[in-house]
Amino acid sequence: MLRGARFHDDKDYSACSIFGMMNVRGEKFNGESMIVAIANMKERSNGLGGGFAAYGIYPQYADLYCFHMMFDDQVARKEVEEYLEGYFSLEGSEVIPTRNTPGVDEPPILWRYFLQSRESVLDETEDVDDFVVQAVMHMNAAIDGAFVFSSGRNMGVFKGVGFPEDIGRFFRLEEYEGYQWTAHGRFPTNTQGWWGGAHPFNILDWSVVHNGEISSYGINLRYLEMYGYKCTLHTDTEVVAYAVDLLMRRHGLSVRTMSNVLAAPLWAEIDRMPPGDKVLHTALRQTYGSLLLNGPFSVIISNSRQMIGLTDRIRLRPLVAGRNGDVTYISSEEASMHLVDDTLEDTWIPHGGEPIVAELEEEYPAGKELGEGAEVKELFGSTDAV
Amino acid sequence: MKSYIMPQFLIERDDYRCIRCEVCVRQCAFDVHWYDEEEDTVFADESKCVGCLRCATLCPTNALVVRRNPTQIPENANWTMDTLHNIYKQAETGGVLLTGMGCDKDYPIYWDRIVLDASQVTNPSIDPLREPMELRTYLGAKPDALEMEREGKQAALKTRLAPQLRLETPIMFSAISYGAISYNACESLARAAAEMGTYYNTGEGGLHRNLYKYGANTIAQVASGRFGVHADYLDVAAALEIKIGQGAKPGIGGHLPGEKVSAEISRTRMIPEGTDALSPAPHHDIYSIEDLAQLIYALKETTHWEKPVSVKIAAVHNAAAIASGMVRAGADIIALDGIRGGTGAAPTMIRDNVGIPIELALAAVDDRLRMEGIRNRASIVVAGGIRSSSDVVKAIALGADAVYIGTAALVAMGCHVCQKCYTGKCNWGIATQDPYLSKRLNPEVGSRRLINLLQAWSHEIMEMLGGMGINAVESLRGNRLRLRGVGLKQEELDILSIKHAGE
Repeated sequence: MLRGARFHDDKDYSACSIFGMMNVRGEKFNGESMIVAIANMKERSNGLGGGFAAYGIYPQYADLYCFHMMFDDQVARKEVEEYLEGYFSLEGSEVIPTRNTPGVDEPPILWRYFLQSRESVLDETEDVDDFVVQAVMHMNAAIDGAFVFSSGRNMGVFKGVGFPEDIGRFFRLEEYEGYQWTAHGRFPTNTQGWWGGAHPFNILDWSVVHNGEISSYGINLRYLEMYGYKCTLHTDTEVVAYAVDLLMRRHGLSVRTMSNVLAAPLWAEIDRMPPGDKVLHTALRQTYGSLLLNGPFSVIISNSRQMIGLTDRIRLRPLVAGRNGDVTYISSEEASMHLVDDTLEDTWIPHGGEPIVAELEEEYPAGKELGEGAEVKELFGSTDAV
Repeated sequence: MKSYIMPQFLIERDDYRCIRCEVCVRQCAFDVHWYDEEEDTVFADESKCVGCLRCATLCPTNALVVRRNPTQIPENANWTMDTLHNIYKQAETGGVLLTGMGCDKDYPIYWDRIVLDASQVTNPSIDPLREPMELRTYLGAKPDALEMEREGKQAALKTRLAPQLRLETPIMFSAISYGAISYNACESLARAAAEMGTYYNTGEGGLHRNLYKYGANTIAQVASGRFGVHADYLDVAAALEIKIGQGAKPGIGGHLPGEKVSAEISRTRMIPEGTDALSPAPHHDIYSIEDLAQLIYALKETTHWEKPVSVKIAAVHNAAAIASGMVRAGADIIALDGIRGGTGAAPTMIRDNVGIPIELALAAVDDRLRMEGIRNRASIVVAGGIRSSSDVVKAIALGADAVYIGTAALVAMGCHVCQKCYTGKCNWGIATQDPYLSKRLNPEVGSRRLINLLQAWSHEIMEMLGGMGINAVESLRGNRLRLRGVGLKQEELDILSIKHAGE
């Protein structure tokens, strides 16, 4: 089975390297520097998983959902295609181009589909995104041997079993150009050799790369289940992605407020806040206490407009940020940033629970051709967008 | 009629150690000990001994040993000595068997079949002596989502949350009425709750005026007898609790005998002195779920929607479905009382045979509310058989927001679980209205012992949380992955939704 050995542990235990890079003017760069950066943190991974997320790579199909899929066999592929044809109009489909790469063995069948939901379906559905989420969850849960590992627009996730730099070469990432990239090298402790289990995790245009183990996983999962999320992967990363999706997309919270849920301030800090903030943070913890991510983590959460770095509130895993002109970096280790940018001088270590946010300027819509003039907008320490 | 019941306990007095101080004589309300001046000897009528160990505990020379009477009928797995005694008692009196405290039968104690997780290697454990460790808990209905609005440059909250109870440790004192226990015991509980930033529950006996000052830490119960329920009582409390059922006696009411209804209790309960206080089995204004909703909203309306309303039920077979209905009827807190839950008086057969273990009820209720997507609309508090901080941790991991402790609190004040609360002769000054006995419990000392207990448990909970790599109690709540069963059947594991150890 190409799916490899999957163990029924409570969840996936892994430590990792993460790296993110975003040009907030929307200027694109290819995957080469990502491969170089993540390769520099090789000892943080063990060859059992690597992956990348890239934003802005399919400008010719910018309005279409792109499903990256892995199949165990052609039967699964047929089944998926029949399902897709029922609910979506397929605008294009192809094998994801790869090259033979030493260290990347037994890849599954990899396809991508560019599609939009059918008019008839649209009429009945209030929210297309919700519909796509349901479709992805259905395929992952119900179609044996098939897995959707990327489902956003004008973005894609590339991942598999191997060292991340080998996975990058395998997927020919130096041929893609995006304005935001994240990368992940994995060190799982339960040797799960399944391609779908690698990071980044993706749903719609949200993607997450994550280093750590979330001690609160059990309750985070059960809380999200109440809101209709099905966690099929048993990874912390999946939980982070759904939590962010729920808080930001469905409940409309800002990045900062979302961070204040996932890495909530301590009660001792809340008690010292001015009255308005105290009420707000108390209500956040009362309402979303079950989404507090407890235990060590550092994470990069991305969507087409934002790259958000966050560590747990007592900062048990490393995260470093850097900025050079229009480019913001987030990394497990500082050296990787300097390796890909030798003029980088502005680097800093965020406090636990303090989000690092890089965001595209308003006038540069994601996925369109982007012009000059945008700049890094640090939400951290400035106005809170609601 | 000659009683065929043999003494349950034998009292051995070491005559060499005994100094004839007569402490035992004065301490025993059951009149077991007496001193014969002529013979200069202390004698004991063992047939009256209940095994509360007051005499042995206070004997200054440790001259007393109280032990089970070894005399037994021929060995018989079916007809035990207890069974025979019950039949003798009924043959001699023609009455319903009465008892106190919680069920003492050997039903499985699931707490003892569940083990906890700890962090190793992949996840650092946290040392609560060096790092923050948060036990603060809020009880009450939580919204499905928070809405925000901009207030100048700041994000501000638009959603108004339902009223919440703030607990500094997720442990409260269970409902025990003034009447079932002494004024001093009530005051001890109230003072300890106030000191520890948690709550005690009045039970169904109203609230003595002197204790109104602890109102901010008081949950006022409204039970089927409506004893002591009036506007001031509802106003002074932090939260209200409608008592539908009690784990020790699901489906039946209560009976406080007239001899316990002293002048003070008469005033507090608003019934004539010396009359029996009878709680009907059901609330006679609640014959259905919609009636419950009416009472919930009546109480909320009366208190200007400023206080959470809890509804307490005994854990019975369909607790999950009932709890779901209660949440939809507007309950902010669901209090579940398991088969081990205590009582001042209950028919033995009811106490020992009706209801289900709290662990299973809790798991089922939490699961059901989650499946229905309404778990956030009410908090769950469990009672009945919480004996230690590890029971608390396991209860929270199974899905409870907080626990009520009743028996454990009484034990902290001196109770030795002799199960004779219904006699009103509690030698420890707890379950009695006899001023000679109740003055034995000094509220200063009683509250100190309770505070010590809560502090000790809170420290232990922090240690266990830290060991699991968790620094806030909400990350443990409902986190059943941190639990494993040992020696449980698949069906039990399924109901508890936990894996077996090793899995």
